[in-house]
Amino acid sequence: MTTQASAPPSTKSQALRSYDVADFPALTGLEEDWRFTPLKRLRGLTGGAQAATGTVRHEYADLPEGVTVERIAKDDPRVGSVLTPVDRISALGYGGAAEALLVRVAREAVVAEPVTLRVVGEGTDGVAFGHTFVEVERFAEATLVLEHVGSATLADNVEVTVADGAKLTLVTVADWADDAVQAQHLKVKLGRDARVVHVQVSLGGDLVRQYTSVEYTDRGGEAELYGLYFADSGQHLEHRQLVDHTVPDCRSYVGYRGALQGESARTVWVGDVLIRAEATGTDTYEINRNLLLTEGARADSVPNLEIETGEIAGAGHASATGRFDDEQLFYLMTRGIPEAEARRLVVRGFFAELLNKIPVEELRERLGAAIEARLAKAGA
Amino acid sequence: MSTLEIRDLQVSVKLPDGELKPILTGVDLTVRSGETHAIMGPNGSGKSTLAYAVAGHPKYEITGGSVTLDGEDVLELSVDERARAGLFLAMQYPVEVPGVSVANFLRTAKTAIDGAAPKLRTWGGELRGAMERLHMDPAFAQRNVNEGFSGGEKKRHEIVQLELLKPKIAILDETDSGLDVDALRVVSEGVNRVRDTGDTGLLLITHYTRILRYIKPDFVHVFVGGRIVEEGGPELADKLEDEGYERYAAGAGSARA
Repeated sequence: MTTQASAPPSTKSQALRSYDVADFPALTGLEEDWRFTPLKRLRGLTGGAQAATGTVRHEYADLPEGVTVERIAKDDPRVGSVLTPVDRISALGYGGAAEALLVRVAREAVVAEPVTLRVVGEGTDGVAFGHTFVEVERFAEATLVLEHVGSATLADNVEVTVADGAKLTLVTVADWADDAVQAQHLKVKLGRDARVVHVQVSLGGDLVRQYTSVEYTDRGGEAELYGLYFADSGQHLEHRQLVDHTVPDCRSYVGYRGALQGESARTVWVGDVLIRAEATGTDTYEINRNLLLTEGARADSVPNLEIETGEIAGAGHASATGRFDDEQLFYLMTRGIPEAEARRLVVRGFFAELLNKIPVEELRERLGAAIEARLAKAGA
Repeated sequence: MSTLEIRDLQVSVKLPDGELKPILTGVDLTVRSGETHAIMGPNGSGKSTLAYAVAGHPKYEITGGSVTLDGEDVLELSVDERARAGLFLAMQYPVEVPGVSVANFLRTAKTAIDGAAPKLRTWGGELRGAMERLHMDPAFAQRNVNEGFSGGEKKRHEIVQLELLKPKIAILDETDSGLDVDALRVVSEGVNRVRDTGDTGLLLITHYTRILRYIKPDFVHVFVGGRIVEEGGPELADKLEDEGYERYAAGAGSARA
């Protein structure tokens, strides 16, 4: 386990941006952004420009009023308007996706019922690309779940715009089969007084790497980014965020928690928050906590906070990685609770606060059960 | 009718460097249900070590002697098995368990101790009643275990558990420390209710005689240098109140610093 607050994030804002994979040099693994990622396990995603040889399918049930889902062409002006790839694999996915899936929440529509979109991988034989555009119009409110299941080798980009006064709760779930590989770039652009709550849940997959970035365009924007991950033996789960405060009076909170169990379980969290000189009145906090359940697991945790103005409401970061608290275990056991059950209670408690951010009861319960099943599997 | 028998118990604490440091140098003590024993002694005499060693804390290693509950070898049991066998430890510093609600914790513990889930129909009332008797707002049931509780609230929560779990033998480790007079009275009333059932043997570990004005012990044991150096009835507590522990200090064995 390592915890460091180093890495000069100033370079993040000036990073190379391009829609063309050829503009990015081939990855060597020495790059700051890729030094934790096992490139070999990315299979075809480290290659150059290519057509998709694999597919993912989208499934969704009847949509509530105010929400539409349609396929749009890549030359639709919306595509690429929020997100410009900042790394080679994101650019590869951008170029490789043949079309984009548009999820639209109509202006002023307040949609109580959550919308669930399942992204189903159909095998790891080929390389698949995806592009999703989520458009939440002015004063609309919605909850969208993007759930990833099945097997795939996938590079995908997700663009999200939350217009003035709109609110989006976006839950992205990586519950892939054991052999799946995914590198996702998710970018959120917030309008004036717009609010996004993003919850990433990473459970399944051989390698899942998600890069989430937030851009503010006007005052009053709020972003809450939560993450919950549980790495088993052999899994690599990596989460990076870049919250770029470029306008005054916006707020961000980043809270990620992970549990690791088993030989070579590996997680990476890198949280970058930039407060530009013009972003006065910013209020931000980021925290990552990791719970090492067994020997042999490794969690890297790197908070980076760069502040270019002193006129802010608040800014802070924290990171803690530790083993199971023996005193908690002892206390529960002195009340007759067997060790395995005591561990379950503590891990469940560790994740409870984050799970409760998901406003979809069925999903919350399913994820809670999946976490318990993992603990049981390890005989914890 | 239950009996906890501690015979010639010798215990060392495991130091971070792996070395063992002897703390208890041969403790003999018998506690039967319905009896109330007080163990009194100066700081560092090993009183708490006795409590934690009997409960099975992994920091301590038993280097000699025996502990049995109704003839069963307690030292062979895991921590949770000891609790299910009927032992209870009220801690001096109850542990915070974030994310686990008091209600969930107590129901899980009750289920484990009884071997069956408590009846839904009666459990809610039983829990509420136990909390109210200890002057705990029932809203605490929805809070995380001990998280953000004041010192007094933590101690009252321990006694709520004592009343709900109905152990055969309960060890109360400095339950009185850090309590103001009102809280001490509430906690003592709870302990006395358990005592009055006659089903539980109580072992009160305390530094002060103050709590013994509220809970009258049947037996008082003076603990110095990792062992019992004098035993008697409640009158011994009065003597300690007047004379302190100084007269035992001379000739006492090595005690924890």
